[in-house]
Amino acid sequence: MDVLIFMVSGTLAAATALIFAAMGELVAEKSGMLNLGIEGMMATGAAMGFVAASVSGSYTLGFVAAAGLGMCLSLIFAVLTLVFRANQTASGLAIGILGLGLSSAIGKKFESMTLPGLPDLPLGVLADLPVIGPMIFQLDAMVYLSILLVVATWYVLNRTKLGLTIRAVGESPETAHALGLKVRWIRAGCVAFGGAMAGIGGAYMSTAYTPLWAEGMIAGRGWIVVALTVFGTWMVPRVALGAYLFGSISLLELSIQAFGVNVPSQLMSALPYLVTIFMLALISRNTLFIRLNSPSSLGATLKLQ
Amino acid sequence: MADPILKLEGVTKRYGRTLANDAVDFRIEPGRIHALLGENGAGKSTLMKIIYGLVKPDAGTLSWEGRPVEIPSPAAARNLGIGMVFQHFSLFETLTVAENISLAVAGAPAALAARIEAASARFGLEIAPEARVHALTVGERQRIEILRCILQEPKLIILDEPTSVLAPQGIERLFATLRSLASEGIAVVFISHKLDEIRALCDEATIMRAGRVVGVVDPQVETAHSLSEMMIGREIATAPARAETGAGETLMTVRGLTHRPQTPFAPRLDNLSLSLAAGEILGIAGVSGNGQGALTRALAGEIRTDPHTIEFAGTPIGAAGPEARRRMGIHFIPEERLGRGAVPGQTLAENVGLTTFHAGLVASGFLRLGQRRARAEEVIAGMDVRSSGTQAEAQSLSGGNLQKFIVSREMALGPKVLIAEQPTWGVDVGAAAAIRQRLLDLRAAGGALVIVSEDLEELMEISDRIQVMFRGRLSPSVAVGETDISHIGLAMAGEFDGLEAAHA
Amino acid sequence: MPRLVLEPRETTSILAPVQVAGLALALTLVAGGVLFAIYGVAPHKGLHAVFVEPLLSTYGIGEVLLKMAPLLLVAQGLAIGFRAQVWNIGAEGQLILGAIAASALAIQFDGTVSPLLLPAMILAGMLAGMAWAGIAAFLRTQFNANEILVTFMLTSVALQLLYYLVTGPLKDPMGFNFPQSISFGQSASFPLIIEGTRANASLFIGLAVTALAWVFVRYSFASYRLSVGGLAPDAAGYAGFASKRAIWIALFVSGGAAGLAGVGEVAGPLGQLQRNVSPGYGYAGIIVAVLGGLHPVGILFAAAIMALVYVGGDFALLSVGVPDAVTGILQGILLICYLACSLLLTMRVRWVRDAPA
Repeated sequence: MDVLIFMVSGTLAAATALIFAAMGELVAEKSGMLNLGIEGMMATGAAMGFVAASVSGSYTLGFVAAAGLGMCLSLIFAVLTLVFRANQTASGLAIGILGLGLSSAIGKKFESMTLPGLPDLPLGVLADLPVIGPMIFQLDAMVYLSILLVVATWYVLNRTKLGLTIRAVGESPETAHALGLKVRWIRAGCVAFGGAMAGIGGAYMSTAYTPLWAEGMIAGRGWIVVALTVFGTWMVPRVALGAYLFGSISLLELSIQAFGVNVPSQLMSALPYLVTIFMLALISRNTLFIRLNSPSSLGATLKLQ
Repeated sequence: MADPILKLEGVTKRYGRTLANDAVDFRIEPGRIHALLGENGAGKSTLMKIIYGLVKPDAGTLSWEGRPVEIPSPAAARNLGIGMVFQHFSLFETLTVAENISLAVAGAPAALAARIEAASARFGLEIAPEARVHALTVGERQRIEILRCILQEPKLIILDEPTSVLAPQGIERLFATLRSLASEGIAVVFISHKLDEIRALCDEATIMRAGRVVGVVDPQVETAHSLSEMMIGREIATAPARAETGAGETLMTVRGLTHRPQTPFAPRLDNLSLSLAAGEILGIAGVSGNGQGALTRALAGEIRTDPHTIEFAGTPIGAAGPEARRRMGIHFIPEERLGRGAVPGQTLAENVGLTTFHAGLVASGFLRLGQRRARAEEVIAGMDVRSSGTQAEAQSLSGGNLQKFIVSREMALGPKVLIAEQPTWGVDVGAAAAIRQRLLDLRAAGGALVIVSEDLEELMEISDRIQVMFRGRLSPSVAVGETDISHIGLAMAGEFDGLEAAHA
Repeated sequence: MPRLVLEPRETTSILAPVQVAGLALALTLVAGGVLFAIYGVAPHKGLHAVFVEPLLSTYGIGEVLLKMAPLLLVAQGLAIGFRAQVWNIGAEGQLILGAIAASALAIQFDGTVSPLLLPAMILAGMLAGMAWAGIAAFLRTQFNANEILVTFMLTSVALQLLYYLVTGPLKDPMGFNFPQSISFGQSASFPLIIEGTRANASLFIGLAVTALAWVFVRYSFASYRLSVGGLAPDAAGYAGFASKRAIWIALFVSGGAAGLAGVGEVAGPLGQLQRNVSPGYGYAGIIVAVLGGLHPVGILFAAAIMALVYVGGDFALLSVGVPDAVTGILQGILLICYLACSLLLTMRVRWVRDAPA
């Protein structure tokens, strides 16, 4: 039973950073904006969150700072693609490169320092339930928030006029423009949300999950997030499910070493990337399914008068 | 006369070197149906975009209900009470009818459903609110557009070439809706270049030519001839010379072509058959979106089929690609010019290579740039393409010139079969006449042509035989002399029986 | 009131890309100055350290040429794919595979004096890079898997493979358990080209590839097909140019070139296989390709500038004491400025005065 508790609670915690960043990226992609700079925004968020939390002693401030900086980076992407009409792929890569450099500069003096880590927040009576309590209700506040975020993202995208507008802009910005929707502002807003969420996801890694700052600690999670939106075929529940799958894989990585199974550690480290490739090939195979579910204008340069 | 609801004075808009609108005056009163008449490129669309806030004029004033206004955006136009039905529908394919409407109309979707039903009953615009747009026909889509407009409670509705996408019966139905709108005091601007439609529907007409207003007339008292003279500015060109050629030997046959497209947005092709003889033009009529795109792709080789489905001079070619078919002399002029028929950012010389490289422009994997330039010069001279030369980028050419370039290129190698999709759509009168003449010249020289067009008059003028496409099916062929527009109109709505009767 | 308007250019001048790159560089210098000020370094001193100091000594010039070689190789290969809108962002991984394959040969034939060893390493490295990129091409053409994501993931896998090899099968048995291979002999190394520097003959491979790329882009039919596919996919379909072939060509060419760059590292300045085969050349190559306007000659200059930024970053660390993270930030800013300025390639800015109403 202890193993099960460890697996479930561990998966939830391991997936939290991915959930935040993936929900943000999903919203941006739904509006037609493919921001490939997630890795850089998460890294910057991780550094900024760690530094702000260490200096101020407040985790809340850490997350706010990380979200703010992630948003600033993502707005550079928005300006490049929406005002300067730059190619989305190249602009995303530029943000990624800038973000990685920025994270290294911000975190330089804090390299390999640690924090006590975001405290757990047992949820009253629920936390005292047998098995279920320690499994789900004795985690930190950000884990609960990430689950709320999934529900909220689903609700907004599928049940509100705002969500309808975002989906419409993602399907055909030209049509949306002709109807008088403010395409650039809507897209910029979605990208900014994506940047803020990526920042929070990164900060969760450095202030709660590990909790330390080390350069390169995001280790490709930003790219896995982009892949998650493809696996999830741009549907909120599937994307979230994908994030939990990856959470459990990183858990597997830890546990196999703990159990002393004789597998090269490098193979275990490569596992998430190999699984990503496998899943990408598996899901993308159905080209029709992908085409029907992906936002039609995703990644295309905006051409408006 | 009543006070105008909208009045424009001295409106001017310049794009680069062209004056799209030159000191245009325009006025319309409530409850009137006012035609805006002019050839392609006369400036009608620009004027409407200015009224709808999509384009900002360089000079001139607009007044609305007697007060001067500026209309900086479509939202501002809608707030005033101006609605627009676009020629290319501004609908979202993956969303439902109700969702599409709710994006433009204030209010909760639930409350909207009742209003949609009320308005559709009142103006004869039946539509299922929960249907997804991609499953609907072009006529149904137009109804959504009009409904969306009406639900914004406009005082003025602009319709940009609304009949170009409709079968004749659909046109009658649209006119009934527009008349009922006018009877409720709504002003309707009807943009068209079809004279008989304007005479049947409109109370008055403003005629534009080359960016200027050349007259405001009562279409009921004018004749089609006088209207078209004002519109074109000279005697109407006589019908192109059409030599009588006897039907030659059969060059190409299609038997049982069936194709399931990759997206559910396009109809599947269902057991199509046709045959094509040297020296004849086969016209494919039909409202666009009924599978014409897939048919031409299959004929040109972009869609592969079983080898024996398509035969050319006795050889099965269904599995051959576009390049192999061009080597046999089968060329294709696609509907989309910029981005498909030509690469926008490449020069005319480079674009000549796109479909004629197999004929001496490549040696051992390397481009023969000198030959390519020479061919480009021939192509440009071949149809009097106005450009700065072989180094001009395709995107710098006007629509008509680019189409002349593409037509000339596909003719350059003397094709045996030419497939052309909407060859004169949206090009100016002069270019359209030149293109039609070239098509007829090819026919006279023994070429076999398949021409897909929405313009029935054009098809009746140049085709020998016509087949009609409807929801992925192709009607039997009928000789042009043995049928009339009304039968073809019925076939465009799926009634193939009339054609067969005429044929029998 | 006068206002700025954007208009499409009617013709594209040959000089425009140069002007755009120059403007982007100027903006980067300004941003760099601000960055140094933040670190408490006088901007002119900092910029001098990065952009001028490396060029004042033979050693500095040698270092710039040394770093230029891999950047040139990676970028020329990537640019050919980018023109076709095939985004290989995993040149880093293909470079690592090239380094591994070349090293495996060097280790296997340690001690030989055969002049064939180095050419064999070059060939092996190129083929390994092609094979690694070929996985992405296979998954894209057969399974429609996005090549951007796959090439990135393959880079992460390549890194783990490298770590495994340098701590296991290819580890120097006499190396005190350091994660690195034996040092290679003379016959497995590129000769130096400037006395007193580390610049080696792999630069000539970079220059040769540049020349080949120029001929390929300008005269080959294959490159024409690739560019049509990149600029207008529908036109490529209409013309009958197979998109699958374009994907294979783009990934093989870029993977092979990146593999060559990997050979240049292990048979050059490193002289062995180790954990840090590349300081991010695979990613910097993306910037070089874009900054060079995806044109072989432009890339030559862009590679020189980016190499200068790399070396200058090291110099700045020593002489004015700013962290080497500045290099990464400057690279990012340079790319962002270039992308923003690129609008001027297709549009021009003009002041207009509104006509009096």
